[in-house]
Amino acid sequence: MIDLVLFYVFAGLAVGSALVVVGQRNPIYSAFSLIVTFCSLSAIYGLLGSPFIAALQVIVYAGAIMVLFLFVLMLLNVKAETETTSRALAGAGGILVLLFVVQVGVTLIRADVVHAPAAYEASTIGMAGLLFSSRFVYVFEATSILILSALVGAVVLAKKEL
Amino acid sequence: MSAIPLQHALILSLLLFAIGAAGVFLRRNVITVFMCIELMLNAVNLAFVTFSRALGAFDGQVLVFFVMTVAAAEAAVGLAIVIAMQRHKDTLDLDAFNVLKW
Repeated sequence: MIDLVLFYVFAGLAVGSALVVVGQRNPIYSAFSLIVTFCSLSAIYGLLGSPFIAALQVIVYAGAIMVLFLFVLMLLNVKAETETTSRALAGAGGILVLLFVVQVGVTLIRADVVHAPAAYEASTIGMAGLLFSSRFVYVFEATSILILSALVGAVVLAKKEL
Repeated sequence: MSAIPLQHALILSLLLFAIGAAGVFLRRNVITVFMCIELMLNAVNLAFVTFSRALGAFDGQVLVFFVMTVAAAEAAVGLAIVIAMQRHKDTLDLDAFNVLKW
């Protein structure tokens, strides 16, 4: 019961702060609001029985990525937007998003496939480690190459003269 | 363990994705658009975790781990591009970034 209440509280918090991210003109406020979204999503991951992902969410997203965003926002001294998007573009986007929500939403509500198994052991770091070093070992290694190239790429791109 | 209706988790995922997509259309600031993309990635992560829970398999969560890695790499490179663009154009308005437009 408490699980259910917490789920709806955090779901509401996530949607509300996501709306602030989009509705806010000042990017700094958007960034702080996005941190709230990420933290409430982390709580939801925990409630869904994946504490590993919940911890990663806080460390990687709310920690590393958002710090990077805020750092760049403050480095560039970004001001709030003054111009507004053209009505045509906003209208077209709104219609597309609405169509998407209706289509997927109707499918989801009609679908009867999502039943949680009664017995489900919460994921552990040990399970993750086993999978990363057996079935997903090549993907895991490829990830390190990706991060290295991203690191080099970021340094090269942000340098003053190449 | 939990009585959370997984369908509701999927609907939450859908809502977050839609909000992120709407933000990409609505906002002009390139960094805010970037944050909306991160929001959409998170919505997909939530769907992965939900299905992982529904199927009782750990694979979905492994995929979330890789999505997070890609998101981190993307954020680093993307923000570096933003800094380079700011240096060249002195603005963060998306409409100013059209050097690749034919």
